[in-house]
Amino acid sequence: MTEWEAVIGIETHVELSTKSKMFCSCPTEFGDEPNTAVCPVCLALPGALPVPNEKAIEGIVKIGMALDCDINESSLFYRKNYFYPDLPKNYQISQYTFPVCEFGSLAVDVDGEPTVVGITRVHMEEDTGKSSHVGDGGGRIHDATHTLLDFNRAGVPLVEVVTEPDITSAAQARAYGAELQRIVLALEVSDAKLEAGSMRFDANVSVRPVGTTTLGTRTETKNVNSLRSMQRAIEFEIDRQIKVLEAGGSIHQETRHWNEDTGVTTSMRTKEESEDYRYFQDPDLLPLEVTKEWQDEIRATIGELPAQVRARFRAHGVDAETALILVEDPNLSAMFTDTMTHNVSGRLVGIWLTGEVIAYLRRNEVGLADTGLTADHLASLVAMIDGGELSSSAAKEVLIAVLDDEGSPAEIADARDLLQVSDTGAIEEAVDAVLADNADAVDKIRDGDMKPFGFLVGQVMRHMGGKADPKVVRTVLEQRTS
Amino acid sequence: MGDLANLTITQAGKGLRDGDFRSVDLLDAVAQRATVTEAHLHSYLTMDHDGARARAFAADEAFAGGEDLGPLQGIPVALKDNMVTLGIETTAASKILAGWKPPYDGTAVARLRSGGAVITGKTNLDEFAMGSSTENSAYGETRNPWDTNRVPGGSSGGSAAVTAVGSAFGAFGSDTGGSIRQPAAFCGIVGMKPTYGIVSRYGLIAFASSLDQIGPFSRTVHDSVALLEAVAGWDRFDSTSINEPVPNFGGSLNAGVSGLKVGIVKELMGDGIDPQIRAATIATADKLADAGAEIIEVSMPSTEYALSAYYLIAPAECSANLARLDGVRYGHRSSIEGTTEEMMGHSRAEGFGPEVTRRILLGTYALSAGYYDAFYGQAQKVRTLVRRDFASAYDQVDVLISPTTPTTAFKVGEKSADPIAMYYSDVCTIPSNLAGDPAISVPVGLDDKGLPIGFQIMAPALGEEVMYRVAAEVERLVGFDERPVLATSEVMPA
Repeated sequence: MTEWEAVIGIETHVELSTKSKMFCSCPTEFGDEPNTAVCPVCLALPGALPVPNEKAIEGIVKIGMALDCDINESSLFYRKNYFYPDLPKNYQISQYTFPVCEFGSLAVDVDGEPTVVGITRVHMEEDTGKSSHVGDGGGRIHDATHTLLDFNRAGVPLVEVVTEPDITSAAQARAYGAELQRIVLALEVSDAKLEAGSMRFDANVSVRPVGTTTLGTRTETKNVNSLRSMQRAIEFEIDRQIKVLEAGGSIHQETRHWNEDTGVTTSMRTKEESEDYRYFQDPDLLPLEVTKEWQDEIRATIGELPAQVRARFRAHGVDAETALILVEDPNLSAMFTDTMTHNVSGRLVGIWLTGEVIAYLRRNEVGLADTGLTADHLASLVAMIDGGELSSSAAKEVLIAVLDDEGSPAEIADARDLLQVSDTGAIEEAVDAVLADNADAVDKIRDGDMKPFGFLVGQVMRHMGGKADPKVVRTVLEQRTS
Repeated sequence: MGDLANLTITQAGKGLRDGDFRSVDLLDAVAQRATVTEAHLHSYLTMDHDGARARAFAADEAFAGGEDLGPLQGIPVALKDNMVTLGIETTAASKILAGWKPPYDGTAVARLRSGGAVITGKTNLDEFAMGSSTENSAYGETRNPWDTNRVPGGSSGGSAAVTAVGSAFGAFGSDTGGSIRQPAAFCGIVGMKPTYGIVSRYGLIAFASSLDQIGPFSRTVHDSVALLEAVAGWDRFDSTSINEPVPNFGGSLNAGVSGLKVGIVKELMGDGIDPQIRAATIATADKLADAGAEIIEVSMPSTEYALSAYYLIAPAECSANLARLDGVRYGHRSSIEGTTEEMMGHSRAEGFGPEVTRRILLGTYALSAGYYDAFYGQAQKVRTLVRRDFASAYDQVDVLISPTTPTTAFKVGEKSADPIAMYYSDVCTIPSNLAGDPAISVPVGLDDKGLPIGFQIMAPALGEEVMYRVAAEVERLVGFDERPVLATSEVMPA
């Protein structure tokens, strides 16, 4: 049996959330009313000309920098020519040779196994409008009687990030996509909503026998609207290709469409039929100059990237998985960072934030800002837990009350009489009293029979009204019975 | 006072300010002239009588109120119909844009309006400015006012004809390979193509974006300066417009040519040029020499390949520029039933004329995979060579001179069956477009058929001041004051 390996590259389109479009001043946010955010430029009226949006250039340069790319001081806009009803000029302004960013990389981690994915290029282009096919066909193009076009989205700045074929599994591809999404969100250049199409993945997949170096014929899968569906689509495509090859068939270079409901990819069109884009430099646009000075200015606006934040959290004792969850949510991440200024256990803060706090937010469908929890409260709560003043069940009760905005942890614990005694003196007294009443149990323990030990712990706890720190009780009992 | 339509812009402007007549009188004069000449020439596609009248009244009110927006206030001027005009039908002489009333003004048009100019209407052209005779208009050809059996040149033939006969005081056209200078030469007037980037292309329906420039037609060099000044200057809506103060175009009109070095381009004085035109060019150069210029023969070997390079670059760019005309959002839509893509194909096939179709196909082919390097890539290299030739020429001389055209106006139909012969009529003008430099055609005489001969002056980029300086001196030295018969009010309507 041949063993197969997958070779995967990902192309990602990211819509930038600039105020205006890439080459005109139309807004990028618009309501449902079609063709309201349009002008002579984005409708491609005769005589209209494009003028680049500086904010979009800053956005792509930020992405390029976060992906450790070389930023070209001079890059060129090209026309990518193809006829399509929702493409107003019937060419897309894009980049070809000399994109804004090239030669980058992104480190991703799958189950603790780090991989570096090479970034071929990051280039600037513009989005198309949207077609909808209406009539008796229920949205299917074959049976539609007419096509409606909405050009609101036409001309929205679009960044394309292209990887090297460095990815070897669907899980890696998903991890890459997730990390890229985190970066884009952290840079605040896009809302990166997969379901809304403001971030879109195309997966190039081929397989080859393990140990060989030539690349197999690849397919390009489109229409993956979530990270999960990207993983499923790639898994399906790898399996499909292996089956075809093992049955003696061959893979066609083609574009395939992922169907979320059926969980299969189907052929859209073969590349042989696809167009020759006749790229040539757009004579309406000068070379795009991003000087070193401008690059420095842009670089200075880039904050901490997700990987850096995770590393910082881990340095506070947070485990990898918890760090990932914290970084995912900017509010939790900020809360963690603020709480760390109080010099309390990062490990505990991480556990409580990602455990009880997230559970509370989900249960109540609220945001962190809507609760009474502050970094001060969280720090004192964790200090009380760490100091043995609260049992874990008491701590949970206190936390929920804090989230309900009932006061500080100390006030709540006090009011509800939840503080536990860690004072060794008081516990020693109680232990001595219990031991005095249970001399036979002590004898058994001293003879090596540990069975009554738990009973004695329970007696001490009862003696103290349940508010003793069980750890201290055990320690004292161990000392007294040895 | 005579017929007002024969005044220059300078004279008309003076009369308006002196209160000799009103803008409405000027408009009446050119409208009256048009009623006579249009039947012979067909130089206007659309006349905006109502709009023009309103603008003329507004100008007269401004003068009465002491408001003066500049030399074009109250002056009736015409626009080539590839310049986008708010609310005035703009077709580029193509069926595919029949009936299109733009929702915006191009920058040059907006500047003319804010300068108080009175826009008379839209002039005929070769469809999408592709041609050298104005025969390629979907709405019928324009005729030459000197001989109505002949073409006025092109592609801005309508703008040249209206300026020559006085159905406007001046006009604007666009010049991609000679489309202002060649018809100016054929019609015996002044036509000028500015440095690329001096006039915004926003609102000029693109033919070949890297070559297109808007420029003026006028009856005198002085008027040319006034027209250019009204539209020149940086525009934030055109990334390729030059963001620098504009040159002082008319700063040296009276400076003469003494001490200037004038290069005569050897390659543009060869056998392909009509002997009478060569003789007129040499005679004019001799006059410049007598006036104190030093005439130097300059060789520019790349001009031999410039025409071929142009006919790859311009069609390549036009193949993409005209792709937006697909019947989806505006313009002609085919009535043949089918898919959206089929509708787009049919609309284009029905909407474009044969020359436009030819150039789109040529350009598409030149950009195709496997041919790009041999055609488009190679043409760009020639373009670089042309620029180098110009640069080294301007190391030696201040301006270059040549004939504007290899022949005078040819007969209607004479070259329409032979595209290559037609293309050759731009041989002298194309190099300046490839280089992006300014150039002007000034009339210097008539040939033995009574047809005007144009003389071309070329200058380095942003060298409009010295170009106009030499042009003004040529105008004085030659004293060309012939007018076509149609430019008199004695001619009866056809």
